[in-house]
Amino acid sequence: MRPMGLGEIPTGSFAQIVSIEGDAGRLLLMGLLEGALVQVVHQAPFGGDPIAVRVRGTLIALRRGEANFVKVVPHVVA
Amino acid sequence: MSSPDFRIALAGNPNCGKTALFNALTGSRQKVGNYPGVTVERVEGSTQTKSGLHIKLLDLPGTYSLDAQTPDELITQEVLLGLRNEEPRPTAVIAVADATNLERTLGLVLEIQALGIPMILALNMMDLARSRGSIIDLEVLSASLGIPIVPTVATRSEGLEPLLQRLEELHLRNELDQGNRLDQEETKDFPWVRSSPQVIRERFAKIDEILHRSIKKAPSPMVWTDRIDYLVLHPVWGTLLLAGILALLFQTIFTWASIPMDWIENGIGALGGLIRNQMVDGPLRSLLVDGVIGGVGSMLIFLPQILFLFLFLLILEDSGYMARAAFLMDRLMGKFGLHGRAFIPLLSSFACSIPGIMATRTIENRRDRLITILISPLITCSARLPVYSLLIAAFIPNHVLWGPFRLQGTVMFLLYLSGIVAALLVAVFLKKSVFPGPTPPLMLELPTYKWPSVHNILHGLVERASIFVRRAGTVILGLSIVLWFLASYPKAPSSLEIPARPEITYSYAGQIGHALEPLVRPIGFNWQIAIALIPGFAARETMIGALGTVYALEDKDSGVHELLASQISKSWSVATGMSLLVWYILSCQCASTLAVTRRETNSWKWPGVMLGYMTALAYAASFIVYNLLRYWGYG
Ligand SMILES: Nc1nc2c(ncn2[C@@H]2O[C@H](COP(=O)(O)OP(=O)(O)O)[C@@H](O)[C@H]2O)c(=O)[nH]1
Ligand SMILES: [Mg+2]
Repeated sequence: MRPMGLGEIPTGSFAQIVSIEGDAGRLLLMGLLEGALVQVVHQAPFGGDPIAVRVRGTLIALRRGEANFVKVVPHVVA
Repeated sequence: MSSPDFRIALAGNPNCGKTALFNALTGSRQKVGNYPGVTVERVEGSTQTKSGLHIKLLDLPGTYSLDAQTPDELITQEVLLGLRNEEPRPTAVIAVADATNLERTLGLVLEIQALGIPMILALNMMDLARSRGSIIDLEVLSASLGIPIVPTVATRSEGLEPLLQRLEELHLRNELDQGNRLDQEETKDFPWVRSSPQVIRERFAKIDEILHRSIKKAPSPMVWTDRIDYLVLHPVWGTLLLAGILALLFQTIFTWASIPMDWIENGIGALGGLIRNQMVDGPLRSLLVDGVIGGVGSMLIFLPQILFLFLFLLILEDSGYMARAAFLMDRLMGKFGLHGRAFIPLLSSFACSIPGIMATRTIENRRDRLITILISPLITCSARLPVYSLLIAAFIPNHVLWGPFRLQGTVMFLLYLSGIVAALLVAVFLKKSVFPGPTPPLMLELPTYKWPSVHNILHGLVERASIFVRRAGTVILGLSIVLWFLASYPKAPSSLEIPARPEITYSYAGQIGHALEPLVRPIGFNWQIAIALIPGFAARETMIGALGTVYALEDKDSGVHELLASQISKSWSVATGMSLLVWYILSCQCASTLAVTRRETNSWKWPGVMLGYMTALAYAASFIVYNLLRYWGYG
């Protein structure tokens, strides 16, 4: 499946990170690592941006633009 | 015996309970200041072990990594590396970690460990870890990290004894080491390299491996936090809730706070009256009553409002809501070139721009922070309220508009709204012209909800109150005395038995006011207003007292306000009154704001810019309003 930006997947869905693009430092430090499972849990009012994603047991708020540096493939929960 | 220089730094992620632990260890033995050269708060405290070892503790800013991205993080990095001249490298570090979130928290621990500083790991929030069913094998964890571990519950002061015990052991070992390598100079210039993505990945892999061995049972998911978040972060309900919280905040600041404010006002009035009665008339009495009590008193009246505001802010912060507010508001604020985190400082500015400007410390990006600082005095602070009330009472009839809404109240609301609109427009302008550039990332952890700790909140309140009172006792006191002097000297020539004009017109302030008059005539101000603007510069609301003086109104116990309102409604045109209102919305009539901006930005440039642009803006707007109203026949 073709990877897409973390900011593009629907709220509520799970995904697995395949790669981090751009200046990855900060994203990595927040635990957004290759292979990690993430869930987009919430989206803000006024246009659905920023979003809140859960990764490594914490909830992190980031804007969709920033989130799109994180490339993911949808993860189907068994 | 104990050497006085056993210095311990506390380091940890944001929200791991560092401040709670620091407060539990040091109690009230704390000193809050600023790191020189930057606008990062520095908190130092001290404590003593049972055997009398004296320990100096430094609460470092919270950070996820030593890879500094923000001024706060840079401080943590530099202090731990011993790169700051004024701050000796700490002897040891207490790394504070959230036991419910070791996956995230251990990265920093490993980074600090790599620096070679002796370290103890305080595994905090053990109560939460336990109640969520987590089982951690502390021995395995300690052995795999190679760091002594002490479980703690900072908010209940649990685990402090063992922690101090460990520090003592460390101290002993340290003394021995010192003895062993007497002539070995400590290397200060640690070669610092930023972690490459690869290093970060490896670090996380190592953490996973360590946790795999030491965590017997992972904590259950934060069911409550999730449930609450589905409401709090809901696009509709979350927004309504935020609006409700704001409404409550305003209700608190403007209605409930007015009760203790009245007490203070009466107390100050009584004190002034007492001195007036007990002392003979003379310069000293005038200095005490009009200068000191008038100036400092008018500032202290705002203490309840500031305390209520901070009570609110501290509860919101401590419970974990504040980060959510930034999340909810980020997009809206972003439209005006502001960061989501600017929301709270701007909100605080409704009470007073001083705490507002102080609260911008949570904004990481320097440009975002400067924009927020520069616009925060445009938000209508409570010191403008008495002036608004006076002018509204004098010029706006109070007929019913619709239902419970009256014209006066509506105008008051419009004045507040104008301040907000002006602030947002200036923000857009600054972002487009002065501070162009890419928007910095949001990237913000939404911590789990917690019951606010009463101890932490009281501690925060006392700290804020003392900062405020100290300022009232220093900067404002000094300014009040200077302005009192300007308004009192020279006296009217004694050859006149009854001065033909009010006394103040002979003074320096009077002379300055008269000199200023041609400048302010185009915006409709007379010389009385020009004079009153001068003491009003120390604190906005003192303008009322000054107007009273200029119009030679006797300071009868209460009636000055009403007398003054009827006096100015007779002697000023509506155009003048409205022009002064507009001036008060936009101008930077507050020396304290400039002083705090100077302190927060560490330069005179930004208070200069603030004063300049606000004065220009206020002048232009007042000019337009005055002339339009005259054109429409309200001159
Ligand atoms: N239950 C519990 N809450 C704690 C503990 N330590 C801190 N807290 C709470 O965690 C939140 C963050 O604490 P704070 O000291 O401000 O964290 P800091 O950002 O690291 O300074 C606050 O709501 C504290 O009351 C603890 O050991 N147990
Ligand atoms: Mg703290």
